[in-house]
Amino acid sequence: MELRKDYFADVRKDDLHEIGQPRPRLDSPGHVTGKTAYFADRNFPGMLHLKMVRSPHHHARIRSIDTSEAEKHPGVVRVLTAKDVPHNVYTILILIQIGPEDETVLADGKLRWKGEAVVAVLAETERAAQEAAAKVKVDYEVLRAVFDMEEALKPGAPIVNEYHGRNYYLYDSGECRKVRFGDVEAGFAEADHILEQSYQSSPIEHAPTETTGCVVAPEGNDRFTCYTNTQAMFFTLDNTSIILQMPGSKLHFVGGTVGGGFGGKVDVIVEPIAILAAKLTGRPVSFIYSREEEMQISSPRAAERVVIKDGVMKDGRIVARKVTGYTDAGAYSRHSPYGAQKGAAHYPGPYTIPNVWIDTYCVYTNRTPSSAMRGFGVTIGDFALEVQMDKLARLIGMDPLEFRFINAYRDGDMKAHRQPTEGAALIECMQEASRAANWPVAEKYMAMSSYRKGA
Amino acid sequence: MAKVPVQFTLNGSEKAEFIESGTTLLHVLRDKIGDTSPKGGCHQGTCGACSVIIDGELRLSCLTLAETCNGADIRTTAGLAEGGVLHPLQRAFLDAFATQCGFCTPGMIMAAKALLDRTPNPSRDDAVEALSGNICRCTGYEPIIQAVLTAARANSQNAA
Repeated sequence: MELRKDYFADVRKDDLHEIGQPRPRLDSPGHVTGKTAYFADRNFPGMLHLKMVRSPHHHARIRSIDTSEAEKHPGVVRVLTAKDVPHNVYTILILIQIGPEDETVLADGKLRWKGEAVVAVLAETERAAQEAAAKVKVDYEVLRAVFDMEEALKPGAPIVNEYHGRNYYLYDSGECRKVRFGDVEAGFAEADHILEQSYQSSPIEHAPTETTGCVVAPEGNDRFTCYTNTQAMFFTLDNTSIILQMPGSKLHFVGGTVGGGFGGKVDVIVEPIAILAAKLTGRPVSFIYSREEEMQISSPRAAERVVIKDGVMKDGRIVARKVTGYTDAGAYSRHSPYGAQKGAAHYPGPYTIPNVWIDTYCVYTNRTPSSAMRGFGVTIGDFALEVQMDKLARLIGMDPLEFRFINAYRDGDMKAHRQPTEGAALIECMQEASRAANWPVAEKYMAMSSYRKGA
Repeated sequence: MAKVPVQFTLNGSEKAEFIESGTTLLHVLRDKIGDTSPKGGCHQGTCGACSVIIDGELRLSCLTLAETCNGADIRTTAGLAEGGVLHPLQRAFLDAFATQCGFCTPGMIMAAKALLDRTPNPSRDDAVEALSGNICRCTGYEPIIQAVLTAARANSQNAA
């Protein structure tokens, strides 16, 4: 690897001794010898297996639940329903005051997506739990469902989640997150060209090789040890404490080893119900998603729709940008209000544009709740923005890389959300990319710097 | 339910268990014997994380019934290092940065070992083919392929 030292030579120390050097991973010796302990490698005598009865409908009211046949099934130890959960309605981000609580641990009265957890069955073997789960009888009244974000926002659409009472997350700024900078309409009036395009994405599943799950052991002193592959240890600990109405001192979480996460294991889903099951039965409990559950039940990256309208001058300057972003949260908030908010801050991209207008909506539909995944809230936005940049360059007949040099943010530029740019390196990255990819640009761009003179 | 006796050799040591008929080898290895190096990623024979070597052949332990393994010689990644010295494949995976989350690694190493046992000097295509039944979501495969080829070279140098 070549380390180029001419960039930022005046601000960089030259005593780097890690970058460019191979360093062993601390966890690799365990991986190559099969000794790394993942949560499912814990096995306890008398361990029970938890299987979930899940909604076959996208949107339904529960008229009745009959667990009597399941309870009689050989090997079944306990069947849990909503009434067994001390604080059944929760939301993960309540820990940072992002409410309302809008999701049930086990369905109570209504289901809002296909696959939602209704009844938990605990049995001596996985097979007995599976067979008994199939014997739980739920009488559903199927309701009209909504799957498209723009349909969900129309008047008369079925209300997905009564805890919100409307099919979008209500921010303190109103129905969406808003960024207002300059005068976007004046910018469009001044522009030589205007280009409006829509971009959209489907939900994306992380598909980790290790499925989501946990193993819980009651410790005998009224404490519970939970071996988990969560990526959010303290979110999980604190939310479990709320859901089970148990002080955190009763909960001992062991984790940190995750067989592939990519953001897919930050929700608090399996641990509270497994710990409750261990508490009510006094037995160790294992709750591990099947591959099918991992693909269908665990939160995907949200589907997004991004509408971008740009005003551009013949000389390459973007003078106005208006973005409307929609994030499909599915039936529940989880991390999506935050994801949509991140999008609002991000949409101008790494470009300095004097007039910006951004609205981002977090929308509820009867789809699988979405949540975190590698740069959620900005990754799909970046795809949309950079495709838009290429289209704009083509529209004015300019080289797409030179077009980006003209608009690149530089130190001291004010961003649309009113944070001054600091430590920018986009110009230098593009200069190096131009060399590495043999995509030459005019000498004036190669002479540019992220430092503005006098800044 | 009536139990069935099953007896085999695991990494050179004799094991005997009474199991329920229909139990998978993966379940017996992990939950009865305590060798958790084979992993359950899909339990349907598609991810390769549970790969073991039975009588010299690469097999998916999640699809192998334990009662078919009577008298078999079973090898797993947990038994690969000898006297605390890593096998060349383990060394190569370590050096080539071929592990990230590590969940697929024991299965990858078993698939690679089965390859090197029958083809000591594999081509890149041989390595790709041999690993094609094992899914890795982190590394992008390239470091794993390089590790297998490096281990093969180390083996042939030791043999020379």
